Amino acid sequence: MSSPLTQSSNPRLSAFASLTALATLGLLAAGGLVTSHGAGMAVPDWPNTYGYNLFFFPFSQWVGGVFYEHTHRLLGALVGLLTSVLALWLWGASARPWMRRLGLVLLAAALGALVAWPRRWSDALVLGLAGAALFASSFAWPRCEPSARWLRRLGLAAFVGVVLQGVLGGLRVVLFQDQLGIFHATLAQLFFVLVCALALFTSRWWQNAASVPLSHEARRLPFLVTATTLLILAQLILGACMRHEHAGLAIPDFPLAYGKLWPPMDAASVALANQRRLETVALNPITSFQIGLQMAHRIVAALIVAAVGVCAWQTWRRLGSRSALGRLALVWLGLVLAQALLGAMTIWSDKAADIATAHLLGGALLLALGTFQCLLWFRTGQFGVRWQAKRDTALARAASDVHGRLRPSKAPSPLRSAGALQKTR
Amino acid sequence: MKLKTILLAAGAVALAAPWAPAGDITGTITLKGTPPAEKVIAIYKDDANCKNLSAETPTTRFYVVGPKGELADVVVSVQGISGKSTGASAKPALLDQKNCLYVPQILAVQTGQKLVARNSDPVMHNVDLQPAKDSGNPQKNEAQLPGGADLTFSFPKPEMFLKIKCDVHLWMFAWVSVFDHPFFAVSAKDGTFKIANVPPGKYTLQAAHRKAGMLTREVEVKDGEPAKVDFTLEAK
Repeated sequence: MSSPLTQSSNPRLSAFASLTALATLGLLAAGGLVTSHGAGMAVPDWPNTYGYNLFFFPFSQWVGGVFYEHTHRLLGALVGLLTSVLALWLWGASARPWMRRLGLVLLAAALGALVAWPRRWSDALVLGLAGAALFASSFAWPRCEPSARWLRRLGLAAFVGVVLQGVLGGLRVVLFQDQLGIFHATLAQLFFVLVCALALFTSRWWQNAASVPLSHEARRLPFLVTATTLLILAQLILGACMRHEHAGLAIPDFPLAYGKLWPPMDAASVALANQRRLETVALNPITSFQIGLQMAHRIVAALIVAAVGVCAWQTWRRLGSRSALGRLALVWLGLVLAQALLGAMTIWSDKAADIATAHLLGGALLLALGTFQCLLWFRTGQFGVRWQAKRDTALARAASDVHGRLRPSKAPSPLRSAGALQKTR
Repeated sequence: MKLKTILLAAGAVALAAPWAPAGDITGTITLKGTPPAEKVIAIYKDDANCKNLSAETPTTRFYVVGPKGELADVVVSVQGISGKSTGASAKPALLDQKNCLYVPQILAVQTGQKLVARNSDPVMHNVDLQPAKDSGNPQKNEAQLPGGADLTFSFPKPEMFLKIKCDVHLWMFAWVSVFDHPFFAVSAKDGTFKIANVPPGKYTLQAAHRKAGMLTREVEVKDGEPAKVDFTLEAK
């Protein structure tokens, strides 16, 4: 059950994982619009919405900032549902009994809630519907084999991640903690990457990818791609810190900063900057720390553009334009240039909500693309060769067990297999 | 007999209190220089509910300046006095939400004094109090439906320009300054202010504007004599 042997591609599962990733991207966009519009506190309560159950909040009240925040919460619920289904699907037919039991528990809880709090009938109804859906769907649940143990664990991690993310978002509202928003934003990016990775791992391509020979020099390239991806993650955290300060643009001009290469950050200059800007929306005053953060964001952005450029050039040089990695590296380069432009436009547009949100999405896609490349390097590079050899060995052993013809000692060793592959190339 | 003496003494104090020595501080605030043009709140007209409440698209209201430079919305306060707040017994201050704008945008209260937030609009608002992190004032965020009951807030600690905002309508924000004494005023549209019944003595008077900055002046208050202090702030 837990070995790579049982790991087989499942096009429907992979398509569903892709759909979950797409929904997560939409959720990220909704979250970006919430912060870009400064509407994070437009719904003062959680998990309710103005006292209503989330799903029963009247549409007529979806106005102004409430629209952005409430839509974000609903999309969060949708992604939560999709992730739960995905995690269960990875367990295949063995999830059926658990679904039935959990469905019955939820139905019982709904009945209990209805008796105990009849005025909160909408909560009981939602709980009951979830239980009934879970119970009923268990009978029509896919009868496929469970995925490999590591995949099931990733699915479980995604489920825990999406629950944690929802709780973090709610606590941000009820505890009035901007700092929680930074964790909420960072976890959102990591969760998106995880769901994208699940879509990749369940794809036919991942299962059938051929190993790629690497020269000694080229073996450094996966590490460069990994370092660049980590730099992008750091940049996203910096961006989340800036975004969740709710102070607007700490530096209003670009490419210069307050008309200089390095902006003045003394108390008097910062006070003057605060006095001179006329805010049309409620913003916190800017601080020298925020100016420093934005300068760091600009510097790291320049480093990332350079690093992605080097990665793309090296990948093309080593693998050519026809390889999947070569094509991905080119897309990565195009995206990072577009992202740099979006960053500049965010400043030139005085942080227009749609442009700032597009910039956030660009960051998420850059991180996902970087992670894809890291995983592909892992899969098709030297590590992949070893993994492939291990898998071949396990297959051979299984065959010998079934037919009793081959002795395990005759199965190719992982290292020999890897060496043979290298020689062939 | 003892009780009678106490009651008589208390009565004498109560009668004498209104005639305790005190003076008023008055003055005018003027703005020097040309302030930056206020920005039109373009998103106001994007809101389906609010856009019909006002014929004109509102602008920001940072510099409310008269024809001769008279500057409104300046918070003038006596410095160096503390622990004199009359608290909840003071007349409640009113913050109205009208035409999807806060009226007034700048106000001042004492610690413990009630601040009443009213929704005069046919639309939903929320009142989000955003005190400075270490101010000791609580952060609150309460919804107010159309026709909903007034919300009442109070602040235990002094704080300058505590921000109040509506997250439903992102252009709606106001500032309340909190003092632990009653000796403060907010300048009117003609730039004038009056701080009444200040005990005699020498004080530092502070004038603070959201954008034009802050100035201080020394002032001496004598019993029954109004003290006049004018301020000239500069447009940054």
